[in-house]
Amino acid sequence: MESESGAAELGRWLEAALKSRSGANAVFDILGVLQSDEEDDILSATHTCSRLFGALLERGELFVGHLPEEEAAMAGSGSALQKYKVWMRHRYNSCCSRLAGLLGHRSFKVKELALCTLMKFVQLEGAHPLEKSKWEGNYLFPRGLLLSVVAGLIPTEVDSSLLISRFQEYLEHDDVRYHTMQAVVDLVARVTDTHQQQGVPPMFWNNTFTLISAVSLPRQQSDISNFYVKHKEMLEKWKVTQLKEHKHVFEKMWFSFLKHKLPVSLYKKVLVIVQDSILPHMSQPSLMIDFLTNAYDIGGAISLLALHGLFILIHQHNLEYPDFYQKLYSLLEPSVFHVKYRARFFHLADLFLSSSHLPAYLVAAFAKRLCRLSLTAPPEALLMVIPFICNLLRRHPACKALIHRPSVEASGLTADPYDMKEEDPAKSHALESCLWELKTLQRHYHPEVARAAMAINQALSPHEVSIAQLLELSPYEIFEKDFKKEESGPVPLEFLQPQGLLGRRGDLSGEHFTLD
Amino acid sequence: MGKARGKALGSRAGGRKAKPPANPNPFEVKINRQKFQILGRKTRHDVGLPGISRAKAIKKRTQTLLKEYKERDKSNVFTDKRFGEYNTKISPEEKMMKRFALERQRNNEKKSIYNLNEDEELTHYGQSLADIEKFNDIVDSDSDTEERGMLSAELTASHFGGGGGLLRKKASEPGEEEEKPKSRKELIEELIAKSKQEKRERQTQRENALELTEKLDSDWKEIQFLLSHKTSKLEKKNKEEKPKPDAYDIMVRELGFEMKAQPSDRMKTEEELAEEEQARLKKLEADRLRRMLGKEEDENVKKPKHMSADDLNDGFVLDKDDRRLLSYKDGKINQEMDDPNEEEQAQEGSEEDSEREGDKESDTGDSEESDAPDSHSDLESDVDSEEEDIVRENQKKKQLQAPEKKPSDANQKARMEAARSELPYTFAAPDSYEELKSLLSGKTTEQQLVVVERIQKCNHPSLAVGNKAKLEKLFGFLLEYIGDLATKAPPDLKTIDKLVVQLYNLCQMFPEFASSSVKFVLRDVVHEMEEMIEIKGRAAFPGLDVLIYLKITGILFPTSDFWHPVVTPALVCMSQILTKCPVTSLQDVVKGLFVCCLFLEYVSLSQRFVPELINFLAGVLHIATPNKGTPGYTLVHPFKPLGRNSELLLVSDKEDMDTWPKKGLPLSKVNGLKDCSETETNHIRLSCVSVCLNLIKRCLAMYGTLPSLPEIMKPVKVLLKEHIPECGHPRELQELCQSILQEMENQGKNYQPLVCEKSKPVPLKLFTPKLVKVLEFGRKQGSSKEEQERKRLIHKHKREFKGAVREIRKDNQFLARMQLTEIMERDSERKRKVKQLFSSLATQEGEWKALKRKKFKK
Repeated sequence: MESESGAAELGRWLEAALKSRSGANAVFDILGVLQSDEEDDILSATHTCSRLFGALLERGELFVGHLPEEEAAMAGSGSALQKYKVWMRHRYNSCCSRLAGLLGHRSFKVKELALCTLMKFVQLEGAHPLEKSKWEGNYLFPRGLLLSVVAGLIPTEVDSSLLISRFQEYLEHDDVRYHTMQAVVDLVARVTDTHQQQGVPPMFWNNTFTLISAVSLPRQQSDISNFYVKHKEMLEKWKVTQLKEHKHVFEKMWFSFLKHKLPVSLYKKVLVIVQDSILPHMSQPSLMIDFLTNAYDIGGAISLLALHGLFILIHQHNLEYPDFYQKLYSLLEPSVFHVKYRARFFHLADLFLSSSHLPAYLVAAFAKRLCRLSLTAPPEALLMVIPFICNLLRRHPACKALIHRPSVEASGLTADPYDMKEEDPAKSHALESCLWELKTLQRHYHPEVARAAMAINQALSPHEVSIAQLLELSPYEIFEKDFKKEESGPVPLEFLQPQGLLGRRGDLSGEHFTLD
Repeated sequence: MGKARGKALGSRAGGRKAKPPANPNPFEVKINRQKFQILGRKTRHDVGLPGISRAKAIKKRTQTLLKEYKERDKSNVFTDKRFGEYNTKISPEEKMMKRFALERQRNNEKKSIYNLNEDEELTHYGQSLADIEKFNDIVDSDSDTEERGMLSAELTASHFGGGGGLLRKKASEPGEEEEKPKSRKELIEELIAKSKQEKRERQTQRENALELTEKLDSDWKEIQFLLSHKTSKLEKKNKEEKPKPDAYDIMVRELGFEMKAQPSDRMKTEEELAEEEQARLKKLEADRLRRMLGKEEDENVKKPKHMSADDLNDGFVLDKDDRRLLSYKDGKINQEMDDPNEEEQAQEGSEEDSEREGDKESDTGDSEESDAPDSHSDLESDVDSEEEDIVRENQKKKQLQAPEKKPSDANQKARMEAARSELPYTFAAPDSYEELKSLLSGKTTEQQLVVVERIQKCNHPSLAVGNKAKLEKLFGFLLEYIGDLATKAPPDLKTIDKLVVQLYNLCQMFPEFASSSVKFVLRDVVHEMEEMIEIKGRAAFPGLDVLIYLKITGILFPTSDFWHPVVTPALVCMSQILTKCPVTSLQDVVKGLFVCCLFLEYVSLSQRFVPELINFLAGVLHIATPNKGTPGYTLVHPFKPLGRNSELLLVSDKEDMDTWPKKGLPLSKVNGLKDCSETETNHIRLSCVSVCLNLIKRCLAMYGTLPSLPEIMKPVKVLLKEHIPECGHPRELQELCQSILQEMENQGKNYQPLVCEKSKPVPLKLFTPKLVKVLEFGRKQGSSKEEQERKRLIHKHKREFKGAVREIRKDNQFLARMQLTEIMERDSERKRKVKQLFSSLATQEGEWKALKRKKFKK
């Protein structure tokens, strides 16, 4: 009841404000409702404001140009119309600031509506600029308004990913995207300035990352044609129409973001998207090298992730990176089989080691190290790494000595010549060793692993085995495979009758565990 | 019509080629020269004989088309009814034969219409053959007379011609004037004499034979009479006897036909039984070894050893080789379970269940036994003895396997008896899990056991059709029930302990169903873990029920197979538990150690390598030591070198260490360790370390032959050498540590360089031509078979159509030509006739004028 009557009242006020200038004071009433705490009131007031100022903007009843102080304008000499326009403009500004404040409201509905309304104002303001154009063909865009919107999108305390995903549809437009990127640069600088002492809260970085990772540039110059604010003609000299400028701003935005100390989880997220959505859009990708080398030196999973970016730089942008393979070698740790990015890492490692120009000692060291690590690996990793090692041996026939050393004088070694602790693959004596680990794995409990390891018993077939589909293998898939495998004959059964739960005499579990 | 003719012509053209004229006139031959010689192409039209073929075509047309043309206005048709006149399939001789036969038949029919009695007579030289035969017979029977001589003379006369002359000369036989006739006569005489002699001989022979046969006939008649007389008498006798059978005879016969008691196998002595058992186990063990090495596939492909001489060598085997199946079914136990029932069935026949139940009741309830009717007593004793047999045999087996369990067995038996007496004797098989639960709930372990046993007995598959499905369901329910018992707080492990045996028996009966239900249980476990990992990134250690299920899997199925439909997934499941679940509490350690234990049990026979096991044990040792900055070894997920749970098993209380009693870890407390006092917790910690060390020792013994054992054991070794001694564990543990280290030192480090097996030498490449299907030339290739066939038919149709059109055209030309010649003939005839008329008229005129002129002249 109340909301209905409220809505009716708002409608009346709106009518009054739009009908004649004498009813303009109704605007105060509307703005008053906008200040309320009730969600429904805010929603209906926002709708009303949107219609009110939308109509006013279209009619041109707002003051254009540098806005004077309200009191001064009211007191000063000027036509009544002028005064009215200045006054209305002030109301419009206060409405906008209130709406920007509403972007941090607890209800998503309110936030969404505020965002939509503000973006509508952005569009209308762009079409009917509130600034005087200084020269012919001056490009005008409501930057201030958009800045307040972006500031509302990346708050420092709460997670705003939902709102950002709503905002993503506006990012489709080239001009909005361009100015958003500029706004982000400004905002990041401002926020880091204000939080210098106590440090920037991680939520801000998360929000910023969510926003800027949603930005994707078009591939070609000709794709820039989708503008939010429609101008009669888009001049070539305007920066917003140039892909080069877009790229420049994009780069600036990312650097302004990445130059700060980020949380570790964000590092990982950035590194995951770096090769697909950041590097291709940069005007100078080689500038990323500092970031990537730093990340690569951190170690662990982050190093793994930085690999791909570095690889692109080395491969496509002629980056010289000393000791790349040594670093890669040092990344091979037992944990490499257990981390989430295992598939990615081995995909890249396969890529890096696919060159046939690598020295044999290096490849042998990699193969031997992988073998050694595979002694602690779970079956799903083993199913992938054994063909991987076999592929290495196939590519480099000199390494076949690792599995086939018919010379007699080397027999009877007392220890494995390979040195696991040596950082440098050249000094690890891998070529003097043999892959006894694979021999061990031939007795692995899982039949598929054992079968895969059997491959070294014979001379290796000349064709490589594709490991692409093995990379993502999960233990659950292995289980399902065994589960669905059809048994041809009857199921074999245990023939010794049990005496109880802990089994027969001499069973281990009976020795070490009791029932009570 | 034209088409048909065209075809005929074509075929003749083809036929002509096969038999080319030996020396053709070069002017009649047209050679179609080929531009290029193409290998493999058949040339059919390289040589043509236009003259001959044209002549043939014309001839054919004159025979057919022209004839038709000439008869075009004629309505009466001449039909040639001669047999097979136009049938080219019959050869002329055959045709003649048939015609002759037909003619004869026709004659015969005509004749016999009115002569019903007379058969067709066969003649020879106009004489009936039948007559001749008769005559001969008569002649033979006659003695030699002049007549016969006359006859033979006549015969000779007829043979040699001039019979009349001969006859006349015969009258004046004695006078031998003329040389020539005489000599001829002599010759004839001689011939006659010879033939006579022969005839006589033949006759005597025949007479003898006749005589003999007659004699035989008469003899036979006498004997026959005798015989017939005798048999009839016997019959009569039998008829007399039948109505009055002799009691004695009946007795004798009955005794004779009575089923003799088959000599049964003698009872086996205990040694023999043991020996048999051993042999059976040996066989099963051999089977297990084969599966362990994963040779099953090769073996299955192998052909049956015996090969009959009639074997077609097509790999077809009539009977399935089911020897393996028998051995897996664990025949002996099954038989023992089955046999009594079968016998029961055989003996009781149609006796109803209720009666048997009554028997059972009577045999257990002592007071009733005396009241039982006599007729049942023997059956009872049967049942009794059988049951006793079973019990005895089971006992024997148990004695063989575990002789030390005897007293407890007896004890248990007594309790069982007590439980037995309180429960009803029949149970319907439960249809749902709730039913089973309600049946078992609130009962003691022994009672539950008895209930389950009785359900099994009442629903044995050999008793009714649906029982198999019922018992299969029972297996599933029992499995579920065990899971429930394990999740209870506190878990009822005692009951599970007993139920496992029942489960094992059921599993032996229904291996397929058992395996699938266990598989599904495991799948649920893994699926749950997978979901947890996806949501949280890690999973918690599963509950006690999962551990029990894994243990039961190991009990029910052979764990040493290279691949097993249930055990392999179970292994994957255990691996997941050890790698994906971080250790966060003491009970997790206990659970993990139990899984390690299971892993070791699983691979104890096959001695397979389990990386997760070593990782986990090293991790457990790690959490038993105080944290260090640089551990000197690398830990594997889920253990972390530093963190909240990295000192979980560290015991600092000196007193607790001293009072630690060495005992097994209690499984039932796995879920409730939190309630324990500090001392107890410390003791459990120490027990964990002890179990861990024991397991490591076991691993070391098992993996002694692995080529990279030192590398595998390296972290463990570092831990044992450098970190464990610092903890001040009790003396027993320290000694255990030392012994493990000693063993590690003793393991021979022998690294043999790897050598690939020699591969077969690659055979030399032989340049034998590759054989491919010959495709016809000039045909579109590369399309499907149907498409090709279609194209072929279209092409053929086109060709035939063209040929037909050509033939029709030629027909028309021929006809036109014929018409033209006809017209021309007619015209010339007419011209000739006109000319003739004119000439006759002219002569007439001429004559007339001549006459007139003569008149004038005169």
